[in-house]
Amino acid sequence: MTEFFQSLGLSYEAAWAFATISGILLIALPLMLAVAMIIYVDRKIWASMALRRGPNVVGPFGLLQSFADGLKVFLQETIIPSAANKGLFLIAPIVTFTVALLAWAVIPFGPEAVLANINVGLLYVLAISSLGVYGVVVAGWASNSKYPFFSAMRAAAQMISYEVSIGFILICVVLWAGTFNMNGIIEAQRGHGLGIVNGFVFNILLFPMWVMFLISSLAETARAPFDLTEAESELVAGYQTEYSSMSFALFWLGEYANVLLMCALNAILFFGGWLPPLNVDWLPGYYVPGWIWLFGKIFFFFFIFSWVKATVPRYRYDQLMRLGWKIFLPLSLFFVVLVSGYLMLTRYAA
Amino acid sequence: MIQTFAFYLFAILVIASGTLTILARNPVHSVLWLIVSFFNAAGLMVLVGAEFIAMLLVIVYVGAVAVLFLFVVMMLNIDFAELRAGFMKNFPLGIAIALVLLAELILGIGAYRAGALKLGTPDGTAAPMVGQSNIENIGALLYSEYLFLFETAGLILLVAMLGAIVLTHRERATAHRGHQNISKQVRRRPEDATVNTSPEVGKGVSL
Repeated sequence: MTEFFQSLGLSYEAAWAFATISGILLIALPLMLAVAMIIYVDRKIWASMALRRGPNVVGPFGLLQSFADGLKVFLQETIIPSAANKGLFLIAPIVTFTVALLAWAVIPFGPEAVLANINVGLLYVLAISSLGVYGVVVAGWASNSKYPFFSAMRAAAQMISYEVSIGFILICVVLWAGTFNMNGIIEAQRGHGLGIVNGFVFNILLFPMWVMFLISSLAETARAPFDLTEAESELVAGYQTEYSSMSFALFWLGEYANVLLMCALNAILFFGGWLPPLNVDWLPGYYVPGWIWLFGKIFFFFFIFSWVKATVPRYRYDQLMRLGWKIFLPLSLFFVVLVSGYLMLTRYAA
Repeated sequence: MIQTFAFYLFAILVIASGTLTILARNPVHSVLWLIVSFFNAAGLMVLVGAEFIAMLLVIVYVGAVAVLFLFVVMMLNIDFAELRAGFMKNFPLGIAIALVLLAELILGIGAYRAGALKLGTPDGTAAPMVGQSNIENIGALLYSEYLFLFETAGLILLVAMLGAIVLTHRERATAHRGHQNISKQVRRRPEDATVNTSPEVGKGVSL
């Protein structure tokens, strides 16, 4: 995009600045729109699985429900509890929201369409997603109230536990792709299965990794069945209990932006990202633009997330910890050894 | 131009948040300032072209270590009066540590003025490999030149981890009330736990 602005007669620096700012806006604004729509989709899927109608009043088929909700919270009063730590109480939702947007900088929407095509793209995503816990923990502590505090404790332990196994799963993918660059990882999946299907998921050694990554990403975003941080039957609303109005809405938006990010990561790391599913150049799907494939895959994974939310009962906290530390950690560690051993024997055999 | 600006921005923020870490009254605020400081240090690492180290700094220190700090500090019951009361008692120790740090600083600056230590020269064994990314460079060095040091570090960490587990592990009887037997819970079927009865109206069920 820098070239485009340069062709308008701007100097390189100015063109770069304009290109970056418009790139950020091109990601952030559609993302916010997508979050609003995906909340509606989530409620609709959830409703139809419970044999309900879901939102159907505002706009055609209730499509404008999220915007009505947004307007409503915007007009509400921000209530700050008198015992709360005021500064941190207000910063926490901002942190959650900002961090949820930050990671999208390295997500590739096409061969060229990536805001920051950096060498350590995947590490960047891991680093940013490990910051997500601070919004929750700080909110829980600053509220100075029992239930948010319990929620903060749970969130801190839960997110660290699952990040460990996510790290090992990502190492397997990186070993196979040979790069940390997101576009490099996608390119490495071209024709991975018998030269026809694109995606690491069709690899026998990496398929179990994908299953574990999907479950870990549910835990990492604190979605059902791992939503113990806001378990309404025990903790009222968890860390959000004391929040109202826009500060509450920022948590809400950040949470869904994170869910979309995890769906995008599932698509990019295991399902070929912006590549079409089949690597056959006489099929019409081969010429569909990459971002459409990526959005389709993200939507598919979001459907799985909603499906799980509607059907699977919530885990008990000790079950959650057991799954993370006693099952996922040893298994993913074992697969790191297995994958690197296999690659050592085949690809890097001296 | 923009690099200089970014450097001074990050450097000032590191120093300012580092200072606020030790000045903040509330330990939780201290930890949060420490996190800001880590984060800006990562920014400095990006500026010198060590993006791998920068990401590791954020993942390891901000993402894991500082969360555990916060976890512990949050649970402290802070009594500000007691904090101030302990000031005079710890004052001599604090002064002693400050003096040691000052001496180190003076020594360090003096040694730097006398001429920098000869580290890796650009054409020596530690020369960066041209055309390779940060990660490949570090990997190639770590697993060839410094393999034994690397393995030793891993061994030390393993021993430390085992030590921590041994120190905190308590043997619990399996009949303990809080003990969860997961496999027993998974094996449980609805038939084992429920009975289907059709009682007459007004009779009720005896349990």
